[in-house]
Amino acid sequence: MDMIKLIIDKKPVEVEKGTTILQAAKNIGIHIPTLCYMNLGDLNIENKPGGCRVCVVEVEGRRNLAPACATDCAEGMVVHTHTIRVLNARKTVVQLILSDHPFDCLICAKSGNCELQDLAHKLGIREIPYQGEQSTYREDTSPAIIRDVDKCIMCRRCEVMCNEVQTVGVLSAINRGFNAVVAPAFEMNLDHSECTYCGQCVNVCPTGALTEVDHTNQLINDLADPNKIVVVQTAPAVRAALGEEFGLKPGTLVTGKMASALRELGFDYVFDTDFAADLTIMEEGTELLDRLTKHLSGDKEVKLPILTSCCPAWVKFFEHHFPEMKEIPSTARSPQQMFGSIAKTYFADKIKVDRKKMIVVSIMPCVAKKYECSRDEFKVDGNPDVDYSVSTREFASLIKRANIDFLGLEDSDFDNPLGESSGAGVIFGTTGGVIEAAVRTAYEVHTGKELPKVDFDELRGMDGIRSATIDFDGLPINIGIAHGLGNARKLLDDIKAGKSQYHAIEIMACPGGCIGGGGQPYIHGDSSILKARQKAIYQEDAGKKIRKSHENEYVQKLYKDFLGKPLSEKSHHLLHTHYFDRKKEILID
Amino acid sequence: MANYKYHLLVCGGTGCKSSDSDRIVTALNREIEENNLAGDAKVVTTGCFGFCEKGPIVKVLPDNTFYTRVTPEDATEIISEHLVKGRKVERLLYVDPETKKHVADSKHMGFYQKQIRIALRNCGFIDPENLDESISRDAYLALGNCLAKKTPKEVIDEIKLSGLRGRGGGGFPTGLKWEITRNSVSDQKYVVCNADEGDPGAFMDRSILEGDPHSVLEAMAICGYAIGADTGVIYIRAEYPLAIKRLKIAIQQAMDYGLLGDDIFGSGFNFKIELRYGAGAFVCGEETALIHSMEGSRGEPTFKPPFPSVEGYLGKPTNVNNVETFANIPVIINKGAKWFASIGTEKSKGTKVFALAGKINNVGLIEVPMGTTLREVIFEIGGGIKDDKKFKAVQTGGPSGGCLTEKHLDTPITYDTLIEAGSMMGSGGMIVMDEDDCMVSVAKFYLDFTVEESCGKCSPCRIGNKRLYEMLETITKGKGTMETLDKLRTLSHVIKDTSLCGLGQTSPNPVLSTMDNFWDEYVEHVEEKKCRAGVCKSLMRYVVIPENCVGCTACARNCPVNCISGERKQVHEIDQAACIKCGTCLEKCKFNAIEIV
Repeated sequence: MDMIKLIIDKKPVEVEKGTTILQAAKNIGIHIPTLCYMNLGDLNIENKPGGCRVCVVEVEGRRNLAPACATDCAEGMVVHTHTIRVLNARKTVVQLILSDHPFDCLICAKSGNCELQDLAHKLGIREIPYQGEQSTYREDTSPAIIRDVDKCIMCRRCEVMCNEVQTVGVLSAINRGFNAVVAPAFEMNLDHSECTYCGQCVNVCPTGALTEVDHTNQLINDLADPNKIVVVQTAPAVRAALGEEFGLKPGTLVTGKMASALRELGFDYVFDTDFAADLTIMEEGTELLDRLTKHLSGDKEVKLPILTSCCPAWVKFFEHHFPEMKEIPSTARSPQQMFGSIAKTYFADKIKVDRKKMIVVSIMPCVAKKYECSRDEFKVDGNPDVDYSVSTREFASLIKRANIDFLGLEDSDFDNPLGESSGAGVIFGTTGGVIEAAVRTAYEVHTGKELPKVDFDELRGMDGIRSATIDFDGLPINIGIAHGLGNARKLLDDIKAGKSQYHAIEIMACPGGCIGGGGQPYIHGDSSILKARQKAIYQEDAGKKIRKSHENEYVQKLYKDFLGKPLSEKSHHLLHTHYFDRKKEILID
Repeated sequence: MANYKYHLLVCGGTGCKSSDSDRIVTALNREIEENNLAGDAKVVTTGCFGFCEKGPIVKVLPDNTFYTRVTPEDATEIISEHLVKGRKVERLLYVDPETKKHVADSKHMGFYQKQIRIALRNCGFIDPENLDESISRDAYLALGNCLAKKTPKEVIDEIKLSGLRGRGGGGFPTGLKWEITRNSVSDQKYVVCNADEGDPGAFMDRSILEGDPHSVLEAMAICGYAIGADTGVIYIRAEYPLAIKRLKIAIQQAMDYGLLGDDIFGSGFNFKIELRYGAGAFVCGEETALIHSMEGSRGEPTFKPPFPSVEGYLGKPTNVNNVETFANIPVIINKGAKWFASIGTEKSKGTKVFALAGKINNVGLIEVPMGTTLREVIFEIGGGIKDDKKFKAVQTGGPSGGCLTEKHLDTPITYDTLIEAGSMMGSGGMIVMDEDDCMVSVAKFYLDFTVEESCGKCSPCRIGNKRLYEMLETITKGKGTMETLDKLRTLSHVIKDTSLCGLGQTSPNPVLSTMDNFWDEYVEHVEEKKCRAGVCKSLMRYVVIPENCVGCTACARNCPVNCISGERKQVHEIDQAACIKCGTCLEKCKFNAIEIV
């Protein structure tokens, strides 16, 4: 590798050819401020449009200032990162951005988590000398995401996530000059677009331009209502990230404290989505074996691969982009919806409560779940199985609002019967987890033998597309895994072209799976946090008494007492769903 | 052309066409028919003559009679007098503003005498829709010579030797650009012609494409041969329908003749040309933005490097040249680099086309050798300032350029001297201003343009230019202070220093150059609340001259906002707070008792 020597702020530094000034400076401890720049190295995602101009530096011999994020180092370069010229320019650029930004920081959803706010603070900006017109756009509220584009600073991060990473193609820059902003084409509403509500745009937005729909106030009201029984379920990925909101190191598991906090908040029953994840495996795993057996016996009606269906953003994605293949994904509902369905039937009967008096709330690492529970097919006479979903971030905010000393809480367990789960249910929270959980059960059901080893390292990791062949006692099963919808698209294109060799594919819309979901604590560009969360998920799994879904005794009891067996008529009615062709649904306002 | 005794060349450029030149052609043909001259006279629709001020133009060959402001009704007289009786129609001849005499032919017109036409060599001479006419003036001769007798390296060496620099504004050496693109290793390369002309008032490229499309097509093929590309793309704004139509015809004709397409002249060299339409975004003249737009993406620039010559259209090495740059190429090949380099100055060779506009007598398109002074262009070719007003400034370089003054008039026009003087060559817009122009308003005009045309990608350009515009507006409204002027200058420098592309890096130039050259005017606006040019309405006050006022009440009765009071036969008074400065009182007063201060 060619090496390049240069000088930054009088310090010599040697870097590989192709290194940017920003990176070279970082190597020697000089942190040039940035705003639009984003580098999620572990996920191979980079955004460097060179648009905000906050990272400008002075390069000797160059006419104008250079953006450190987009300028490669050159041999002999002499760079100054804090001359008066640079400091003035940087300050002016941020003042300009602020001059076209609403001053409602105190009540902004992003307050305290806003990178623009941080930057203004860091640069010591106390006045905005260039006042003038501010750009205004209408607010756009969808079932899951709110666009308040008055706060858009054109960093284009959301655009990279939506177009390059997710290949959804809803968000892009529109208009010119002062009116330029990121929006769906023709400024159509998000809920009229192909938006999957994956929330990756929300995750990376440095300001409050993109946020999730807030359900916390509704939840506070319901908890205070003595006529309502409020039941909560928490998704696996929440416990691996919630601690970050309270200053804990990324990757710290807070399962026990989380259950205690939910009780403190006043939920009547504190259950676990992991239970429903085990249930999902029973249904989806059985469906896999069923389709596999029929396929292998030559039934041409039965198509493979089977695709997982627990991710609502992924479901909406294929409904828009691959509706002709809507028979391929498993018909199993997501764990969130299975939980809601069981809670409002089996459990409601058990405690003799009318489903209309029961409020089922989910705590999710996700914003698409907000949309999922609003889908009509998950309602009975207009009453939703899951009433609404709050994100990990909203949950943390609620805990703070209720004056709960989260770190001081004692650990406690979930309630039964919908709180018990296996390690297989836990790993739903990371990419590769659903399929590993399915394999653990499918293997034992198919072969009738006990797994020699529960951990399938070949299915784990962070690569966007992974594949492995699992030996089902002589029957090789080809497994594919994709996270990020762009990666999913590649596998789908292969299936469409008849090139896919897989029997089963797991797809998660968010990079990293649910641990990187759109409702998780902001990572502010530090993708190592996702790895830490993933590690925590596997750690939780390893510590579980039972590791396989079919060994969950409460799941067994549910089948015995209520459902019968997997894929039974009752299961079909309560735990399975169907998909829609949304290709022609796009409306231009 | 030799078969006819007379050729009547009728301008078919966009300007003259919109003044009904098509009907002139029809009328002339009808008259020729009626006078049985069909075998003697031929009407040819040509490209732009450049003398747009006096269009529609009809030129009669062989005597070069130059008829101006011709109407379809004049056709009868032109044919019956000039062609039948051999007498020129005097009333349609150009009148020299100095001597007030009719000028018999174009060779004696000041407008043309100082010009050397290389890029515009065929504009106004040939029918752009007839390839044979182009060929009769050496079209595709240079391409043939290159393919038959020169290696690509020799072609590039010739262009380098000629000293030709990019005519789009940047002035990058063309031969060097070709060489860099040639040296980029790739299975596919592209030649792109930048026809996204966008400076306010500029129409150099449009005229070339409308008047001589084959010169550009030929040059692109030569470039393709030199750099190793088999595909050319012309990125042209969709608002140029006539140029597009003529390009389409020209491409088809060249394909039919085998001058484009596969195995051109049996050389084994293939070259095809496609068109891409731009939606008329100024920023798409920036080459990276242009390429993104061609690819179907949003037209906005990206950071260079990589330069298009290394990584351009569809990721392949791409040579982007402007229309006028290309139009020079065939002549350089035919007449030789030495000939070309003998024209112009040491560092700026050849000629430059300018679109003369503003308060000048001869508005139009001109081509002058580099090194010609601004004075020669404005006062000799341009015929001086309209209505004998006083020259105040000349703006060159479009929204990226600056305003030069009286003291710069003897500056020779070259890339470097214009930059030294605080402006730039730009693509060739040249707007002349007189004493009635307010320089703060001029700066505001350009900023208004930039605010609209910025792509919005980088914050200094997106927001900074808007703030500059707002400050200029504050000043023109009489609400500016000396602090506003300070902030204006400081912000201008930061925008130049931090913007992503050439648009933002130069957009404050109109502000800075007017501040440098007309500082007094800025100070007057903020300190005395006065606009000496009388342009800034907010700074104007209509007042009654008591000595002249007889109290006739005409002003008060006609004032639309009833802000004039006074008894009959008493001196009237205007309420300044309520006055909307419509000027009705001034117009209605018969006693010269209202004045503007």
